[in-house]
Amino acid sequence: MVTTARPAERLGTSRSWSDRPGLRILRALLRRPSAAVGLVILLFWIIVAFAVTFVIPFDPLVTDVSARLQPPSAAHWFGTDDLGRDIFRRTLYGARISLPAGFLTVAGALLIGSVIGAVAGYAGGWVDVILMRIADMVLAFPSIVLAMAIAAALGPGLKNALIAIVVVLWPEYARLMRAQVLAIKTQEFVTAAESLGVSRLRLLLVHILPNTQAPLVVKATLDVGAAIVLTAGLSFIGLGAVPPAPEWGAMIREGQRRFSQWWMATFPGLAIFSVVMALNFLGDGLRDALDPRRRGR
Amino acid sequence: MFGRFVLRRLLVTMPLLVGVTLVTFAVSHLIPADPLMAILPERAANDPQTVQMYRERWGLDRSLPEQYLFYLRNLLRGDLGESYTSRRPVVQDLRERFPATVELALAAMLYAVTLGLTLGVLSAIWYERWIDHVARLVALVGVSLPVFWLGLLALQLFYANLRLLPGPGRIDPRLTAPPFRTGFYTIDSLLAGDWSLFLNVLSHLVLPGMVLGSYAMGIIARMTRSALLDVLGADYIRTARAKGLAERRVILVHALRNALIPTVTVIGLTFGSLLAGAVLTETIFAWPGIGRYAVDAAMKLDLPAVLGVTLLIAVVYVVVNFLTDVLYGMLDPRIRVS
Repeated sequence: MVTTARPAERLGTSRSWSDRPGLRILRALLRRPSAAVGLVILLFWIIVAFAVTFVIPFDPLVTDVSARLQPPSAAHWFGTDDLGRDIFRRTLYGARISLPAGFLTVAGALLIGSVIGAVAGYAGGWVDVILMRIADMVLAFPSIVLAMAIAAALGPGLKNALIAIVVVLWPEYARLMRAQVLAIKTQEFVTAAESLGVSRLRLLLVHILPNTQAPLVVKATLDVGAAIVLTAGLSFIGLGAVPPAPEWGAMIREGQRRFSQWWMATFPGLAIFSVVMALNFLGDGLRDALDPRRRGR
Repeated sequence: MFGRFVLRRLLVTMPLLVGVTLVTFAVSHLIPADPLMAILPERAANDPQTVQMYRERWGLDRSLPEQYLFYLRNLLRGDLGESYTSRRPVVQDLRERFPATVELALAAMLYAVTLGLTLGVLSAIWYERWIDHVARLVALVGVSLPVFWLGLLALQLFYANLRLLPGPGRIDPRLTAPPFRTGFYTIDSLLAGDWSLFLNVLSHLVLPGMVLGSYAMGIIARMTRSALLDVLGADYIRTARAKGLAERRVILVHALRNALIPTVTVIGLTFGSLLAGAVLTETIFAWPGIGRYAVDAAMKLDLPAVLGVTLLIAVVYVVVNFLTDVLYGMLDPRIRVS
């Protein structure tokens, strides 16, 4: 969150706790019903991801051939798959793969992209040109297509799929960060710090970077959803999570093979949809909360 | 003036096309194992002499820059290598399958633009009323639905249960494809004068087209809405209203024309997302396009085929973006200067 104040403000009088920018944004966010709904759904899934092993201490991989391919019932809320595994449990356990996958890949892309973008924007010159041309090259590909090619080259597996997703996601953060750094670099407080003899590294880390976060945070929020869908998509085509793992995309893939057992694909898909929808609600709300001009648009 | 603008865009686009080949070349060198071992049959792979022969033949014994130039030279000759699985030139495979993908993408585009524009305009006119809320929800659902899941659900519902629309494939399995002229079944069936086949082709396009277009629909609706809202606050709209024009005319003639400028750009950019979405949609609908080809190839780790599709999609993407830029410059003279 955007909690770091500008250096100039930090020197001034301390402000009351409830005036902290992070809280102000949270309040603006919760005033929008859709953003509040998004936050609740997201929190639900995060809690599930952490707590499901305690609440339903049951191995989602255990098979029960006597109960295979059963439609939803009181015993199996979401039905069972072709090995008699309970879809409800597997869907909940899937949150333990899909959510971290989404957050980790975006965090990775955010980190790498920010560093590259900040360096490009701050250094300028040929460093800037080379780094940004590389970003342009990656951006010339639709993300799922390049991610698929990279995942195929690295070989199937969740880890490689996540690497592929980071590779396709970082350039947009680099661009955003570069634009931010360029805009801030010329502001007076930076020139002032520069003339005081602050080192270049300190200038970048302490004075410029803390003021660049808002657009990056909004983009990251929206991208977690995209990253979850990308992971699921790669698993769906067989390049991500490997079969017994209860990953949502991989479960939909199994469901596609068992077309007449509609419940096998429907419920894991519903899980993806709810998470992505929640993140989009939240991202839209965050964008409005951080940008007063856009309020209500 | 405009010529110079186009030239400047071209000067950005050409290096990008070269850059795209650099990326695919880099990806082809990501494979941890020796690519030769994957291609050659076991007996040949065990014979050092044969391996050496192939290594020299494919230039794998050269330095990386040399290999890249080798790769570029082959590309310029239209040689994307040979698919490991089909044992045919990748270019030939792509040529046969590409029309199917384009036809599907155009169907999706038609759906996305029609519904997206309508929803966006309705939203902006009834700003903050229930129509706006419903339209925004539809747009957001469109953006949030994983396309491969939506495809399965749509098939379950409209094909398996309701029997309203046909199942996977470009035509009913009992029918034969029209003689190949353009590769577009809609056009080819018309050229053959076969109306019932044409209708069958159309009915097969409905479901995958809507599924593939749902994401672009959401994006277009959101863009149209916010562009129209921006314009509606402008001074000249107030003037138009003040001089007593009918609201209909104010919105359709004065506001929409300007609001459409950013929307046109988004439409151009989403065409790329349609090609990308085709990768997953075609898998669900057994659509014999390049997307399904890429997925089949990816599962068999048939790298030349995957990279061929990747390169083709990226090139189309870059070219479409270039054309969109030019169109944007035509519509909005301010862009040409900046």
